[in-house]
Amino acid sequence: MISTTRTFGWLAATAMALVLATGAQAQAAKAPDGLIKEISSDVLESVKADKTIQTGDVKKVTTLVDQKVMPYVDFERMTASAVGRYWRQATPDQQKRLENEFKLLLVRTYSGALSQVSQEQTIELKPMRSAAGDNEVVVRTEIRGKGDPIQLDYRLAKAGASWKIYDVNVLGVWLVENYRNSFAQEIGANGIDGLIAKLAERNKAAGAASAKS
Amino acid sequence: MNRLSLLRIASLITAFALAGCTTIQAARGGPGQRLDPWENWNRKVFNFNEDVDRAVLKPVATAYTNVVPQQVRRSVGNFFGNFADAWSSINNMLQGKFEAGFEDATRVGANTLFGLFGILDVASEMGLDHHYEDFGQTLGRYGVGAGAYIVLPILGPSSVRDAAAIPVDRLASPPAFFNGTGTQVGLTVLQIVNTRAGLLGATRVIDDIALDKYTFVRDAYLQRRRSLVFDGDLPETPAAPADAASDAAGAAAGNLASPATATPASAPAKAGPAPAR
Repeated sequence: MISTTRTFGWLAATAMALVLATGAQAQAAKAPDGLIKEISSDVLESVKADKTIQTGDVKKVTTLVDQKVMPYVDFERMTASAVGRYWRQATPDQQKRLENEFKLLLVRTYSGALSQVSQEQTIELKPMRSAAGDNEVVVRTEIRGKGDPIQLDYRLAKAGASWKIYDVNVLGVWLVENYRNSFAQEIGANGIDGLIAKLAERNKAAGAASAKS
Repeated sequence: MNRLSLLRIASLITAFALAGCTTIQAARGGPGQRLDPWENWNRKVFNFNEDVDRAVLKPVATAYTNVVPQQVRRSVGNFFGNFADAWSSINNMLQGKFEAGFEDATRVGANTLFGLFGILDVASEMGLDHHYEDFGQTLGRYGVGAGAYIVLPILGPSSVRDAAAIPVDRLASPPAFFNGTGTQVGLTVLQIVNTRAGLLGATRVIDDIALDKYTFVRDAYLQRRRSLVFDGDLPETPAAPADAASDAAGAAAGNLASPATATPASAPAKAGPAPAR
């Protein structure tokens, strides 16, 4: 009897492992445009369902982003790309702090955008140009609702078996790319620690402002 | 604004632009300098614009948004948008984008006839999209590079090419179609307030996230105009180097090399036939 239970346990474990493996495989096989569609629809639905996010509750937005978006974002690459050639000069500790502050900055931007979401908005994928073997792609989408459609594009890179976002384009402006000159300028003037301090200061100022309002 | 003064402005800008071309060649210095050889001067104008914005434009636009009912504001936006559609239609045609040009023309027809001379946007209800194009984009389409970045007094961010295109854009702008100085001034003021009001959200975001507002707005402007010239479909592989070592200078040079050009926060006010909605 004991041995049957054990065999059963074994079987269950194997089955479980198999399910997990296929689950991971399904994830890997997912096309980047499908992934974007899924994430953005998911976020949009969550925002529509939650009034507090629409009023700009930063804490709520941060939780939402951490849960639904962050797993699909290569944040280290984003930060490295914005910092440019200085990235390699930064110590691991500086890199970590840069990453954290930059993340905060971008999440604030994102939460500002999310507070503009209205009920009738939907995400539409635009045709993607990419070959099967591509390791980097651009997925182009449009948010449609009342008024003009809003262009929202993503750059994704293959990271192992899955795709990860490393830049976002709002209305024709690649966000990470747009920070490159600002970052270089700040590092040029005050060094890497200067940039970290500046980012922290920016984040704190905005946090105080939103707490007031 | 009469034709004569327009002509004068046009020639002034052209002269300015020509002077610019020679200067660009000379200034191949740091990352910022390549696209912004006149940064010192530009920053002064930018600060002036910011002061004017803080003192006049933003308060007026905010009051406009708070006092005037949304329905009325939308009508104002639609009215200006109708002119923008007509001008976009022409520019689409000039660029050989006949389908888009035709759709814009249909929009103008529908909105003028059935939308009380453009006050109602019935075309959008009918599912007709608009394809906003200005003369700067048309020039870009034919290979004219953006050239150096210029901050214009009151009008805000621009480039050599786009600044040269403004007088042409103004010819198709509502004030050009009405007689009487009072009407023209009134329309221009309303146009500026309408544009600024539409940008209130964007400028709030920029104030919040920019490290250096000047740099942020400049880079966003150049990127966005470039994207508009290519209708969002830039001729490049997903750039943004994976390799962190690739430097900012290279990226900046890339920006200049291709035709760039308006921004979400075209800021203080771009008085051309702006996408009013």
